[in-house]
Amino acid sequence: MALLEIHDLEVKFALRSGPVTALRDISFSLDRGQRLGIVGESGAGKSVAAFSILNLISRPGYISKGKILFDGNDLAQLNPSQLRNVRGNRISMIFQDPMMTLNPVLTVGAQMVESLQAHTRISRQEARKIALEKLRLVHIPSPEKRLDQYPHELSGGMKQRIIIAIALLLNPDIIIADEPTTALDVTIQAEIMDLLLELCEDRNLGLILITHDLGVVSQVTERTIVMYAGRIIEMGPTKEIINDAQHPYTQGLINALPQQGIPGRRLNQIPGSMPPLQQLPNGCAFHPRCAYAKAACKEQIPAFTQSGGCQVACHMVAELVNQAGKSPALENSPSTGQDS
Amino acid sequence: MTTQSSPHEPLLNTADSRWQQFLDSHFWHSFKRDKVAIVSFSIFFLFILASLSAPLLAPMDPYDMTQFDLMDSELPPVWQEEGDSRFLFGTDAQGRDMWSTILYGTRLSLIIGVCAVMLQAFLGIVIGLSAGYFGGRVDSFLMRLADIQLSFSTLMVAIIFLAIFQAAFGAELYQDLAMVMLVLVIGIAEWPQYARTVRASVLAERKKEYVDAARVIGLGPIRIMFRHILPNTLSPVLVISTVQIANAIISEASLSFLGLGMPPSQPSLGSLIASGFEFIFSGAWWITIIPGIALILLVLVINLLGDWLRDVLNPKLYKG
Amino acid sequence: MSTLVEIRNLHKRFPIHGDLLDRIRLKGGRLELREENVHAINGVDLTVNKGEALCIVGESGCGKSTVARTVMGLIEPSEGSVHYQGQRIDNLSPREMMSYRRRMQMIFQNPYASLNPRMSITETLEEPIRFHQSDLGKAEMKDKVAEVMQAVGVDPSWGKRFPHEFSGGQRQRISIARALIVDPEFIVADEPISALDVSIQAQVLNLMMDAQEQRGLTYLFITHDLSVVEHFGARVAVMYLGRICEVAPTRTLFAQPRHPYSQALLSAIPRLEDERPRFIRLQGEVPTPVNLPSGCVFHGRCPHANDRCRNEIPALRQVDDVQISCHAVEENRIASG
Repeated sequence: MALLEIHDLEVKFALRSGPVTALRDISFSLDRGQRLGIVGESGAGKSVAAFSILNLISRPGYISKGKILFDGNDLAQLNPSQLRNVRGNRISMIFQDPMMTLNPVLTVGAQMVESLQAHTRISRQEARKIALEKLRLVHIPSPEKRLDQYPHELSGGMKQRIIIAIALLLNPDIIIADEPTTALDVTIQAEIMDLLLELCEDRNLGLILITHDLGVVSQVTERTIVMYAGRIIEMGPTKEIINDAQHPYTQGLINALPQQGIPGRRLNQIPGSMPPLQQLPNGCAFHPRCAYAKAACKEQIPAFTQSGGCQVACHMVAELVNQAGKSPALENSPSTGQDS
Repeated sequence: MTTQSSPHEPLLNTADSRWQQFLDSHFWHSFKRDKVAIVSFSIFFLFILASLSAPLLAPMDPYDMTQFDLMDSELPPVWQEEGDSRFLFGTDAQGRDMWSTILYGTRLSLIIGVCAVMLQAFLGIVIGLSAGYFGGRVDSFLMRLADIQLSFSTLMVAIIFLAIFQAAFGAELYQDLAMVMLVLVIGIAEWPQYARTVRASVLAERKKEYVDAARVIGLGPIRIMFRHILPNTLSPVLVISTVQIANAIISEASLSFLGLGMPPSQPSLGSLIASGFEFIFSGAWWITIIPGIALILLVLVINLLGDWLRDVLNPKLYKG
Repeated sequence: MSTLVEIRNLHKRFPIHGDLLDRIRLKGGRLELREENVHAINGVDLTVNKGEALCIVGESGCGKSTVARTVMGLIEPSEGSVHYQGQRIDNLSPREMMSYRRRMQMIFQNPYASLNPRMSITETLEEPIRFHQSDLGKAEMKDKVAEVMQAVGVDPSWGKRFPHEFSGGQRQRISIARALIVDPEFIVADEPISALDVSIQAQVLNLMMDAQEQRGLTYLFITHDLSVVEHFGARVAVMYLGRICEVAPTRTLFAQPRHPYSQALLSAIPRLEDERPRFIRLQGEVPTPVNLPSGCVFHGRCPHANDRCRNEIPALRQVDDVQISCHAVEENRIASG
């Protein structure tokens, strides 16, 4: 049994207009030392998924179904104090915006000591020592100086490193990183990703990396989950997904990247946009944008099938594989860009 | 590619859909859920209705000296032993029907309050917009002016101004112009509230890209200020307007109570309270207390409505 | 190819302390006036040729947006000039500027802030026409709005709706429509796709490329995303701390970046084919634009810096079809590649 196992997770939001299902049929597992990427566009539910792993979903959202088994315990059933013990202690989270974690009026050292003392009985001196050690671990130059600095004195990249150091304080088994580099520049993003990868390898950490950037996923993770409109539509080894995506949406997403296009030519675009969760179409949520959609896609939510090296939720996947050799017929018309 | 460009909800482009849109709005939903807002709004609505139809509801015209009789003076309300069935809330020292006088007085108070706030809003919006949009020295100058204005209390300015006016032009002329003077004085004394609020939201809006887009088109500053920025700063203006109306009504009442407001021949709620004050210890409490209750109730419901409005329009609480 | 826009020795400083009162400071018993500035642009020379798409790339705070806004006349330059078809435009009065306003338009980054929330789509699109082509009849104006909406892929029958009813991608289309409606020749696009999702980015990029082809537009495209540049731009200018490092045809730059900063920037793009992050690690951090480093702005982080780099500001020199400002390149101290 894996360290973290999510079974059939469903999350709903109780809105004025009635409950809206934000996540459904989410199942995956993660062990120490494994690196998992969750990719999707905004609104696909990837952040909700991350928050629900730690049962951090706040009202009006709630977990309506499913199990989050961590070390055999169902996090969805734990009481708040037991949950606190898991959060930070065994599973840490890194957010997109460093200021969500860092308190602007406390020094870096004070915050690190505080979070250590909240979880363990430890003297201030010892706590500072551990903090220093973790700052070194994330390659922060002159860490002694940083302990006494305030967050606003640090650059964005430095702040994110400190957040990672804070996440490491209690030697967690798993780190969940929610778009950790979206607010950062490319050169700094590369450094932070490299750091995460190094930490996972050296310290045998499990990593769940949530991002919209397929390039980052391919550099850092071993397995990838692609989400669309609150569901997993494809999962498998990252290499397989990048090189041989099975689901039409994943194919579209990869082909839409400028680096996949021919310079100066139109990009392969996926028509339309993701529907809001309140207005999901019947059947496969992707069918209105899908070039291959058939009658079955409009009626039935597809179940997972094994195809290539991946698990895919698509009715057409078997047929598509049979047509292999034929390049994916994505919308690439030299039209006027007019939608009709 | 129809799906892609379709906005999230299909709407009809008719008046019906406007109404439907209103019923679906956050505004209406939060109103429906908030009991305090519903009660406050009902009472406020009754006040408005009563004061608008005062000539129809009032059994006598309190401005017409020929209609009242000194013999009826200081009669208690009907539920008292000596009450007279003609006079619901009793009569004042001149024999005026209190019910009619309160109706007319409420109307006066509301008119003065609303007009004064309109004047405040006009001055404040123009000054606040200019200060926020042009920034720099214009901003510094106008805002220091606002600080100076705020360092005098409204009542002090009003008392000095109205007293000088009365002394210079005599009580006769003053009586004729009392309403206009009150609107002017209260209006001018309180514009900085608006100017500050508007300036703050202009500063926030000015940074947004749609303002740059308007500048790229080549639109002039006046047009950008009024056509683009102003409509986006109106929510806070609406919120402070409620509070300011309540404040203006209180200011007017205070001035009238001090004898600097509406003359006894055309009493507002404030002057009514004042006129009954000398009789309060001789037992005729109703001349002061009943208009007092009306005033408190009016101000209270306006403030409660303002609180509710602020909660609804606060973008931070929105979508909660 | 003729030059459409020329930027000469552009500087822009923003004072940190706004008010006169804020700037006065007591020091050693004497009052003194503080003069601290953010040096957003420090001498930028750039030409945009007619019909091309010139991209400016750089990381946050490098001054690329300031260049865009200065070209559009939204900001006055502290020094230097902007020329449009040979005519200096940065010092024109609003009235004189008017004819240029029609010829140059801008697309903004944030689709949620760039449309006035209180104006319907039709109102937003009609405003520029009313202003610039007041002779146009009502029917003609309507046709024009419908035509442009169609061209950007927004159903003209949705004109009565307000921005909040549209998704980010659609709003960006409407934003593009507003820029196109006055039939401009030159469009400055300030990070037009960085707030959008991947699949929507492709749609908007395609739309912009179609518009360029059909209308013969010239673009100045500001972005931090190098992979977009590779696809979209004919030429690229790499900026760092308010200065141009390198201007090169896109293909040349991607095949062989010469400036050490271009090399680092290019190496950091996350590529699909990579199996782990591969990049040139730069030392240190971006210095603040308040106290600019002496000499080359990049010297503190550059692996090839020497004394000359620390003292002498490198000029932008033409080498083949590339303009580059680097002493190390000039002296052939970098093994190219």
